[in-house]
Amino acid sequence: MYLIDQNAKQIMEGCKAKAKAAGLDFFNETLEYIVTNRDMINLSPKVMIPTLYDYWVHDVEVLQGEGKYKLYPANPYETVINSRPAISFYNDNNPDWLNIMIFYHVIGHIDFFQNNILFEHTWNDDFVGVALSDKRLIESLRNKYSRWVDYIIEFSRSIDNITGYFNLLSRLSYPHNMDADDKTMYFFNTFLQDIAKAPMAEIYNLKEAYNSLLDSNGDVGKSMFFSDVKIKYPEFESYFSKYSGRDQNDDDILKFLQDNSPFLKKDENKWMKQVMTIIRNTAMYFAPQIRTKILNEGWASYWHDKLFIADKRIKGHEVDYARINAGVTSISRIGLNPYAIGLRLYQHIEHLAEKGKLSWDYQILNNEEQREIYNKRTGKGKNTIFDIRKNFSDFGFINTFVDQDFVNTYNLFVVGKRLNEESGVFEYYIKSRKAEDYKQMLLDSLYHPPLIKISKDKTDEKNLFLVHHFEGKQLVKDFIPDVLTGLEFLWGNQVQLETTEILRTKDEKNPGQIRFIQRKVLYTCRNKQISKSEI
Amino acid sequence: MNTNSNSYLPEELSEKQKKLIEFELNLIQSNAFEKISLNTVEPGIYKLTDWDVLPGFNKMISPVSALQTLDELLERDKKREEDGFPRRIRLGKLMKPTKYNKSKVIIVPTTTEPKFYHDDSITEDNEQETGGSGDGEEGEVIGQQQAQPEQGEGEGQGAGQGEGSDHEMTSRAFDLGKILTEKFHLPNLQDKGKKRAFSKYTYELTDVNRRFGQLLEKKATLKRIIQTNILLGNIIPGQAVNPEELTISPDDMVYRIMSQEKDFETQAVVFFIRDYSGSMQGKPTEAITTLHLFIYSWLMYQYQNNVVTRFILHDTDAKEVPDFHTYYQLQVAGGTRVAPAFQLAEKIISNENLTRDYNIYIFYGTDGDDWDEDGKEYIESLERLCALSSRIGISVAKNSWSGDNQTNVEKNTEKSGLLQKKPEHLKIDSFLSETVQEKELIESIKKIIS
Repeated sequence: MYLIDQNAKQIMEGCKAKAKAAGLDFFNETLEYIVTNRDMINLSPKVMIPTLYDYWVHDVEVLQGEGKYKLYPANPYETVINSRPAISFYNDNNPDWLNIMIFYHVIGHIDFFQNNILFEHTWNDDFVGVALSDKRLIESLRNKYSRWVDYIIEFSRSIDNITGYFNLLSRLSYPHNMDADDKTMYFFNTFLQDIAKAPMAEIYNLKEAYNSLLDSNGDVGKSMFFSDVKIKYPEFESYFSKYSGRDQNDDDILKFLQDNSPFLKKDENKWMKQVMTIIRNTAMYFAPQIRTKILNEGWASYWHDKLFIADKRIKGHEVDYARINAGVTSISRIGLNPYAIGLRLYQHIEHLAEKGKLSWDYQILNNEEQREIYNKRTGKGKNTIFDIRKNFSDFGFINTFVDQDFVNTYNLFVVGKRLNEESGVFEYYIKSRKAEDYKQMLLDSLYHPPLIKISKDKTDEKNLFLVHHFEGKQLVKDFIPDVLTGLEFLWGNQVQLETTEILRTKDEKNPGQIRFIQRKVLYTCRNKQISKSEI
Repeated sequence: MNTNSNSYLPEELSEKQKKLIEFELNLIQSNAFEKISLNTVEPGIYKLTDWDVLPGFNKMISPVSALQTLDELLERDKKREEDGFPRRIRLGKLMKPTKYNKSKVIIVPTTTEPKFYHDDSITEDNEQETGGSGDGEEGEVIGQQQAQPEQGEGEGQGAGQGEGSDHEMTSRAFDLGKILTEKFHLPNLQDKGKKRAFSKYTYELTDVNRRFGQLLEKKATLKRIIQTNILLGNIIPGQAVNPEELTISPDDMVYRIMSQEKDFETQAVVFFIRDYSGSMQGKPTEAITTLHLFIYSWLMYQYQNNVVTRFILHDTDAKEVPDFHTYYQLQVAGGTRVAPAFQLAEKIISNENLTRDYNIYIFYGTDGDDWDEDGKEYIESLERLCALSSRIGISVAKNSWSGDNQTNVEKNTEKSGLLQKKPEHLKIDSFLSETVQEKELIESIKKIIS
């Protein structure tokens, strides 16, 4: 692994200048390294962060990667990491013209990392540096506690996909004066809705009353309001006195364990919290990347295409470029290339915005012909896609902008796969060309970890009670016992998980048919023994 | 340089750790006094400390931890059991089908980190969907794929695709068998392994002899003649050679001669029989193929590769397939009848008179389904095979819906009474395919080969 040579660096700097002129916005300092395929194999289990803490799972993955490479030698063009300065890795055998294209692509990623608000919490630190100090801390703990450090890493990683990432994010740019005081918030959001079960109209009227009292009398108005409440809801005061304050952490199990676990509170176990913090922070750092894959790759592809075609150094390599570009961004006949979809969607939106079609006026038009020729020449296309790269995640991007026009323009469809029993083959067929089906298929393919919260009511020192909020899919059953065993260790006592299972049974009346039944179950882990019961 | 810096380092640090800390302290020192140049590793504008922060740190003396080897990883995995946690590392295989019926297989360690994930495999709308583009009407079929399991890339279990070059598979299986025997304590079969070794000889024209023999090695002979004549001065480099003037010594004549070769005679024939009917799709197939791969590998190791293997697949009919790869990968949707498979094995044994020369082992894997409720033919065939073979091992990978009920195969096997009459010849073991782990598979193997 070594830095790119002066010639290549000069090319990179030139590319950066052109990208900035086109409106991309990023810190000027970047580092570029040449790596071998072997380096890539070693780095990829550490998500390309060279200084990430050591862990045996990474070693297993490296060995596996080596085996895989023997069978399927792959040659990735580039990888970028979201560090300060941004670091990118390149293969050592790219010709200059290809490097120009790749540099533009990389600059697209860097711009994305540094502007998309899902990454906001990563903007103030250089993660490579943070990871290095974490790595050293873990190494020194390992000297003292040997493989128990790895168990703590393992147990923490077993829930690092359900950290309170969005909690952290929402607090970052949340205006401090947005919420009313605790009492008011509790009254309207919790008490009226969950305890008094007041009808919507009642809540609305009370809100009106509250607002007008506040407007006319200021803070005095508030106490006037609550003295009225006392008459109508005499029980409110006693409920509020029991209320312990708004809790942000009921969906952040790692944080909850660190703050509340009786086991971790013991002096001899305090070091474990350090490890857990490292795992949690690392997970938080990676959380936005997986939620912006389509946006990020689409953005980088959009810009490498735009900038490289405008670059005169493409001369003589047009055909080579077309071939490589098609390999990256073509939409396949069968199969999903989310990156290609991302690129097309940006282009589609830019096109719509340019003509002013992202507007109420356009959307209420019914006449097909008028829709076709609608063009306000707003010149806002570029601005619009820059806004999208700043404010959207993959979910919002797809959910908002995949429409029938988009599906028709690019001739897209949902492919179904079914078994033809007679000929013993799987058939792929065009299942639907409807935008809503296509959108649903894309959304289903997105990363979505389960929502598992701590039930504060049922949790005490002797029992940690988790509730899985069922969203149509059960949890992977094989993993539940292992995760619970780890959590039991960290909590120091019994752990329970309430979840929903889908059962596949043979239909009694209809032999040959398979029926699906949902049932709620409770897993209990006590002394590493798992038991399961129906609720 | 400060060489006494370790005096205040805490006791519990290892030598390695101490060295590293010392090294780092020195680096900081060297920064303070920039005239002392430490840039011996990388000339240029970078200080050594830069390499510590930048990805190039592998250029330095290696930091505390280095990549662990497979043996070290397995060793540490074993320690988990002492600490009261289940093992995590499994041995998986990667397969790549290539042209000319050859495929590469590589054994790699794999591990899955347990987490709370959504399970996509069970939904009410069970059809797999993906995207596509281009022309075509809704409902139109645009592609087909042979109904085979998906490639189990990087997974510990799961069938792979591809035809196999026998040798490559064999050598890998040998490695896997070694690991299984050593690390997972599968029993050794020492006695049986050596009984009949080296008993057979073949004669081949492989030895080389001068002056006489059966076949003249022309090229080698010519070389020797030229050597001799260069020594004698008959051939002078750069000048034309007149072959008639060359002297030929009797020693120059090189012949191939008949030689006696020891042949490692095979000692055992192993039949692998597998149900590949529709109900086997998914987990049961995964479990059975993995189980049979392990047994196959273990036998390869135990008999030092001197094992003849035969592979039989069945749905309502049975057929023999040529190699482990085909056996391993094939899957169709069809009904299930067990008896034909055992009858086919019988037929092969009697036609080729295998009982005369070999120990015979039969391993059968199924999900327990059999359309012949009473299993009359199956029991008869099983009875005859028990008399012929050293061991029949039946593994039942139950589907989730069969629950605790006995499957037909289990029921019929029990009914035959052979389990009591010939406990040394017939073993049966069942497990739930949905939840079975590598460890339980190995336990199950121990049961059926014990």
